[in-house]
Amino acid sequence: MQKNYKKYFPIFVLPTLLAFIIAFVIPFFMGLYLSFCNFKTIGSAKWVGLSNYLYVFRDSAGFLSALWFTVKVAIVGVVSTNVLAFALALLLTKGLKGTNVYRTIFFMPNLIGGIILGYIWQLLLNGILIRVAGVDLTFNSTFGYWGIIILYNWQKIGYLMIIYIAGIQSISGDILEAAKIDGANYVQTLKKIIIPLVMTSITTCTFLALTDCFKMYDQNLALTGGAPANQTAMLAMDIFNTYYNRTGFAGVGQAKAVVFTVLVLVISLIQLRITQSKEVE
Amino acid sequence: MQEKRKAANILIYVILTILSVIFIIPIALVIMNSLKNKLYISTSPFALPNSESFRGLKNYIEGLTKIHFMDSIGYSLFITVVSVIMIIVFCSMTAWYITRVKNKLTSFIYFMFIASMVVPFQMVMYTMTKVANMTHLDNFVGINVLYLGFGSSMAVFMFTGFVKGIPIELEEAGLIDGCNPLTMFVKVVFPVLKPISITIAILNAMWIWNDFLLPYLIIGTKYRTIPVAIQYLRSGYGSIDYGHLMATIVIALIPIVIFYFMCQKYIIEGIVAGAVKG
Repeated sequence: MQKNYKKYFPIFVLPTLLAFIIAFVIPFFMGLYLSFCNFKTIGSAKWVGLSNYLYVFRDSAGFLSALWFTVKVAIVGVVSTNVLAFALALLLTKGLKGTNVYRTIFFMPNLIGGIILGYIWQLLLNGILIRVAGVDLTFNSTFGYWGIIILYNWQKIGYLMIIYIAGIQSISGDILEAAKIDGANYVQTLKKIIIPLVMTSITTCTFLALTDCFKMYDQNLALTGGAPANQTAMLAMDIFNTYYNRTGFAGVGQAKAVVFTVLVLVISLIQLRITQSKEVE
Repeated sequence: MQEKRKAANILIYVILTILSVIFIIPIALVIMNSLKNKLYISTSPFALPNSESFRGLKNYIEGLTKIHFMDSIGYSLFITVVSVIMIIVFCSMTAWYITRVKNKLTSFIYFMFIASMVVPFQMVMYTMTKVANMTHLDNFVGINVLYLGFGSSMAVFMFTGFVKGIPIELEEAGLIDGCNPLTMFVKVVFPVLKPISITIAILNAMWIWNDFLLPYLIIGTKYRTIPVAIQYLRSGYGSIDYGHLMATIVIALIPIVIFYFMCQKYIIEGIVAGAVKG
């Protein structure tokens, strides 16, 4: 039967494959090559070896400060979204009536695009800040930092909550019943039964939030735009600015993109490792 | 015991309701300010519209015409619908083929799709823009090809997982009935793929509708999708008119809210499936 299928390769596979090659494969290898070059246009690329990469790690005001800012956002953002999402999921799986309405409300921000989210929160946060402190979000990087954290929580809590709800609902009622009969109180049930049994959801959600934080761009652009003085620029924005707002730095921008890719890759590999080791158990 | 339980439940409702209000406030604030004069938005965003600051739907009318927002809605709709259809049709075919025909080439293609899923957009951002210019895909029709390319890895991956579970006898029966593989796929396999197709369509529609960087870089100067138009409103003119910004945000939110309430069940199922598999 496989032989019969062979001549259908062009119809079934080629359209997707060609689009994939144009959008991803060629740009990927070109980008890899250009990260070792100095260039203004692709035609004028000159091989410069590792100097772009050396620049990336020496320029402490650019990539490294953006990396540090991103890590700070990621740590607080991942923990806060996950804790709050898990807490909401617990409340919404208690079998109370009418909780679907709440689920609907909490999830909705997740459908709104990053640019729009950024402007919605800019209005709200600037309104508060101007009242309380007489300045706006761009005044210092601490305001911008917490602005991004608050926005991120608003956007992601509902999404992670949905995954946690699915995880909690898949726990068999018999186990919970047995725990109750054995006299376990709620905290014990939570610690000894619910959390261990939703560990897969916790891993999934932690890494979803983590990679999401690392790739964040739209929200960052709309809310703070990096202000003041790029102090609130996350990695993706720093790469974009190096490319498009600094002439002669395209090679450095591409090198930053490669380092960024490696970082995201490492995070994904760690996740894969953890997920696989869980599956064996 | 019963009393205590009741009290606890009431407490939960109170907490949930307060949180819901906090979740709704930002959107309500934007809607409220979209009816106000721009001068009153930045200085007192929390004040209700009064006779002085209220300007009805003027922000909407001006915002729509000033940045040709109707065109933007059109572009966003067109690109989202066409891209999603292309992703569903072509990726389901590809996934089925590389699952059924196992050889070195198809295994390699599958591996490439999987590997590309972890690569962030910034890695190919600049070079992809150049390739799009060279191949003349930098218009609102061509960009669909790019979305097919970027969406293919995830879609093929999810379709492949589903195709593996389809009994092959079903397909053989179709072939014995005299169909060629293509008509067999259309008549037998594709209908079976319906649930996963809905999931993939929703995930991709949400991504493409809200996507900013790709349309901004590829077609942003000529054809502005909704996110690009809103960002342009902010940065493209000397001083920003918050009234117009608020009104366009509200207009942009309407289709999302309608979509959400129409297919909430599928969206939530899709999110769970996508998160667990992706």
